[in-house]
Amino acid sequence: MMRTMKSIIFAAAAVAVSFGFTGATKAHEGIELPEQAWAQSGPMGRIDKAQAQRGFQVYKEICSNCHSLNLASYRNLKGIGFTEDQVKVIAAGVQVQDGPNDQGEMFMRPGIQSDRFVKPFANDKAARVANNGALPPDLSVMVKARHGGEDYITALLTGYAEAPAGVSVPDGKYYNKYFASGTIGMPQMLFDDSITYADGTKATALQESKDVAVFLSYIAEPTQDERKALGIKVILFLIVFSGLMYACKRQLWADVH
Amino acid sequence: MALYPSKFKNPLINWIDARLPIFTLMHHEYIEFQMPRNVNYLWAFGAIGMLLLMTMIATGIMLAMQYTPNTLLAFDSVEHIMRDVNYGWLLRYMHANAGAFFFLAIYVHIFRGLYYGSYQKPRELIWILGVLIYLLMMATGFLGYVLPWGQMSFWAATVITNLFSAFPVVGDPIVTWLWGGFSVDNPTLNRFFALHYLMPFVLLGVVLLHLSALHITGSNNPLGIEIKGPQDSVPFHPYVTIKDLFAFSVYLILFSVFLFFMPNYMGHPDNYIPANALVTPSHIVPEWYFLPWYAILRAIPDKLGGTVMMFAAVLVLVVLPWLDTSKVKSLVFKPVSRLFFWVFAADCILLGFCGANPPDGIWVVAARLGTIYYFAYFLVALPLLGKFERPRPRPASIAEAILKGGGSVHAHAATAQPMEKA
Repeated sequence: MMRTMKSIIFAAAAVAVSFGFTGATKAHEGIELPEQAWAQSGPMGRIDKAQAQRGFQVYKEICSNCHSLNLASYRNLKGIGFTEDQVKVIAAGVQVQDGPNDQGEMFMRPGIQSDRFVKPFANDKAARVANNGALPPDLSVMVKARHGGEDYITALLTGYAEAPAGVSVPDGKYYNKYFASGTIGMPQMLFDDSITYADGTKATALQESKDVAVFLSYIAEPTQDERKALGIKVILFLIVFSGLMYACKRQLWADVH
Repeated sequence: MALYPSKFKNPLINWIDARLPIFTLMHHEYIEFQMPRNVNYLWAFGAIGMLLLMTMIATGIMLAMQYTPNTLLAFDSVEHIMRDVNYGWLLRYMHANAGAFFFLAIYVHIFRGLYYGSYQKPRELIWILGVLIYLLMMATGFLGYVLPWGQMSFWAATVITNLFSAFPVVGDPIVTWLWGGFSVDNPTLNRFFALHYLMPFVLLGVVLLHLSALHITGSNNPLGIEIKGPQDSVPFHPYVTIKDLFAFSVYLILFSVFLFFMPNYMGHPDNYIPANALVTPSHIVPEWYFLPWYAILRAIPDKLGGTVMMFAAVLVLVVLPWLDTSKVKSLVFKPVSRLFFWVFAADCILLGFCGANPPDGIWVVAARLGTIYYFAYFLVALPLLGKFERPRPRPASIAEAILKGGGSVHAHAATAQPMEKA
């Protein structure tokens, strides 16, 4: 009786820890996200750098027209396999406002590695005016800011469809079942062949969505691979240390009896 | 020359100790100090809590060097720590996850105390100081959760501070006073940061009192029988220190799994959205370690009633030593009480689920029943069980129970550490 009771409680506690408090695979009430295979998932998983570079291309050519990446710097691109020289070229490709100079005037100059990604709009009001009143959110930590992370990004970008009967879609909004309210201000942006990948990968809408999700996953936490690698070392150390401590404890306590 | 002679071999230590007896104190409290020889690994969780408190203070001080308590900068300064500070991600994730693991260790510690009657005479003050520590932990945890200034931070601050508005007449002025204005804003964040930095040191002070009180009565043990002589105990060092080191290490493995492989698991994605006073998250939930209290708060249909019940649910623990009328500490000898205890443990988990889910339908009913059982356990079950349940016979001493072996009592007490059987 007591044992059953205890096992029920421990099982309940385990379930609570595993599922109860954060539903990780639901976009919002009732909508299941299609789960993709991600190279970066799990303790041994690492960011697929080639894929993240393709994702950067998607961001740069399409997303960056409306979405900022305020927390990321061009130097972060080195973490997905771009060389120093490549990053310098990428940074130099944008104009950054700097100043004031000795004349007290602001001026434009080519970007350098330490610059943050330039914003598409000067401010939120300008962003809203250009987007039918909707504000395109900053994407710096978007993967961490939504249930489902990369799965959610992919599902949302490919989740456009005709609105089912009974759902009214206001002017300038689009039906997307993965978006919390069901209608989203962003039209579908990724289609087959929206991008021509340099590495020859076939650019389907799904492929583009997954690639940009990987890029955004990296940007959301550029140190994630380093974190997991350190974790494996720390845990291996602790396992060995625990074994030693256990052996010491057994030996010491052997006298007590 | 001194009133109390120092007897250390090292002349430098002896010189210091004759003038400032810290070595004598440490020797007395952590080397000679006698621990019951039958304590199991549940007795390591107090020390684990101490380890995590130290971790939190150390990482917290370093985070404070980089964090900016200003509503316009706070969110980005946390991301600055994550991205630009060397090993900042490690400091911040350690701090956030150690908070949860601190609560986890303390919950095990509290339930261990409930199960083995560690709050009973003569340990009432240890227990009451423990409740105070827990209250300080809750305050500190809440204040800290506000600092990253994400959506959950902001709305948690709004919801929790607003609880005080439930009190008639004084409620609204109190809330305005807490906020330092008429909404949760920059003055609120500023003072929360100041208090979040202050509270852990107050907490540490109370922990030291908790330990002083413990070191005069000594630790309880699974049998709930006091030490009667040297045959019942072992010196703290090296026996308990080595055992605690093993327990630390195993606990740190579990901690590391979360820290390195799923550091945001216990957080909420909405807290990666910068605070926005104009957008309310669809579902405001506190951290998991507050969920049972949150369930009790929402179980009562009246705001003032809910607030009072929530505080009462914690404060009832203060009078627990007098609510439990039993003369026998350990539930090992009280099978009926044991059943009530495990239902109580299940009830707390149920309340946790109620707190995590939206307050409608079955969850409201469950939360109400859970709340009733929670209070009934302390206010009805414990006083009556103590009077009417006839405990099973207990061994005469700890040594007798361990060295003679046999019998279900012994088997129960020794399951946690079979290697200590005679």
